[in-house]
Amino acid sequence: MARLSEKFHACLHELSGRYPARRALLLPALHMAQKEIGWLPPDVIGEIAAALEIHPAKVVETASFYTMFNLGPVGRHDVRVCTNVSCSLRGAERILEHCERKLGISAGETTADGRITLHDEECLGACGTAPAMSVDGKYHENLDLLEVDRILEGLH
Amino acid sequence: MYIAGGETLFVQHLGITGARTLDYFKKHMTGYRAAQKAAGMTTEAIIDEVKRSWLRGRGGAGFPTGTKWSFVPKTTAQKYLVCNADESEPGTFKDRAIIRNMPHMLVEGMIIAARAIGASRGYIYIRGEYEEEAGILEEALKEARDAGQLGKVDIFVHRGAGAYICGEETGLLNSLEGLRGEPRDKPPFPAVKGAFDGPTVVNNVETLACIPSIIMNGGAWFAGLGRIEKSGGTRLVGVSGQVNRPGLYEIPAGGATIREIIYDICGGIADDRQLRAVIPGGSSTPPLSADEIDVVYDIEPLACAGSMLGSAAMIVVSEDYCLVRLLERIVLFYERESCGQCTPCREGVAWARKILSRIERGTGTDRDISLLLSVADSINGKALCALGDAAALPIMGFVKKFRADFEAHVRGGRCPGA
Repeated sequence: MARLSEKFHACLHELSGRYPARRALLLPALHMAQKEIGWLPPDVIGEIAAALEIHPAKVVETASFYTMFNLGPVGRHDVRVCTNVSCSLRGAERILEHCERKLGISAGETTADGRITLHDEECLGACGTAPAMSVDGKYHENLDLLEVDRILEGLH
Repeated sequence: MYIAGGETLFVQHLGITGARTLDYFKKHMTGYRAAQKAAGMTTEAIIDEVKRSWLRGRGGAGFPTGTKWSFVPKTTAQKYLVCNADESEPGTFKDRAIIRNMPHMLVEGMIIAARAIGASRGYIYIRGEYEEEAGILEEALKEARDAGQLGKVDIFVHRGAGAYICGEETGLLNSLEGLRGEPRDKPPFPAVKGAFDGPTVVNNVETLACIPSIIMNGGAWFAGLGRIEKSGGTRLVGVSGQVNRPGLYEIPAGGATIREIIYDICGGIADDRQLRAVIPGGSSTPPLSADEIDVVYDIEPLACAGSMLGSAAMIVVSEDYCLVRLLERIVLFYERESCGQCTPCREGVAWARKILSRIERGTGTDRDISLLLSVADSINGKALCALGDAAALPIMGFVKKFRADFEAHVRGGRCPGA
């Protein structure tokens, strides 16, 4: 049974004019599918494979290369704290430890209520406004612990 | 933001509401008039103008842009222009600012570049994390398309999905094609066989954003903005780390030394501490010590000083931060981001990180320092792309310049400053 919406398939069709090869639709398809479902379960992988007329293993081959594609279930909110050099020089470890303590999980884990998945993230490209984190794709910069509290408390 | 003397192309538009709209672009920037001018020029004339400008690639390699364009064969094959907006080198955040504040400048640069190389199709490959910025580009492209500005070129946004290696141009092309972002063997180079097997030019965001003003004002004008030979225009310098005013600045190419950037432009070291090290061009570039900062901040002076300008992403480190820990964090990044194709990089970088972790924790031995150097030497230059080198060069540089710190960790089990 199809899990992806009609809109997904319509968008995919619309995007197909952008590329001379159908396989190039794979990253856009994975992004759109994950936006709908939250992660990429096997039946969704199968549905994408069928739409692109490639083997499901090819879909997993590509998807597993990229850190943003979730091949397992994740929390409702995606919190990524940058701990790379520029953020680390401005206290990123304190930010990450604070998140871990407050949420009661380690980086890479999801809270028991399925609310938040926390990541120790690589450079987000916000080095001049470090420390930084991204929450559900939106950047938060020049962070301090109070701001982190405010952000986390706003996630339901 | 700071304008370090002379004319600037970018910083005056940062942080201005509405700067990203077509309306603002028409009033305050080149406003697609450069693309109209280029439409009346031959492709050779455009390329000559860019060669004359001494514009050198802003993504990290510093290759002269006009020369790169001239490598595209004059065949009838479908050609592609790809903008590399995968900005992921730690310390680098300039392309994000360009996209957020002046997306039309990039689009106009792409229209002109596409004409110069004979491409009718362009892609902007943007890192997946820049989701908001991808939306801004889509919006700008729609505005430009609706206003009939794109002409015969169509340009699309293609999002990556979290992989540093996709900033390497052939890894990027594989990713664009829906594959794993593993770099390709070269030759063939992209100019001959790139995206979808067609001749392809891959240019950085800032590089392409310089093109409209070059066409508008002439290559000689752009070359004259630079203060040293063989480097034209201005340069966006991203300063991060332990300075009082981190941020994005614009200087004439070769117009300031590292000391001037840190102390005059960025207000010196945070908390009145002493400077310890500068990573001049993103985390893959070898460090300079505090007594080496009188070097002019551009490609050739930094090469002479044994480092690199890279993406002009300066990371400043004070005496408060352990350099062994810093190097461990840098190498951990490359360990995580190695695509795994080449054994020296995949295994070597992971080994180097393990040795560094031992040294940092105080459980390393004297032999570990020479072992670390030997592993770095076994990586350097021995893989398909430069990712392994990006770990090996900082290892060699930090150990050479700050060996006492490593020895203190090994012998005393702690930082010399702690």
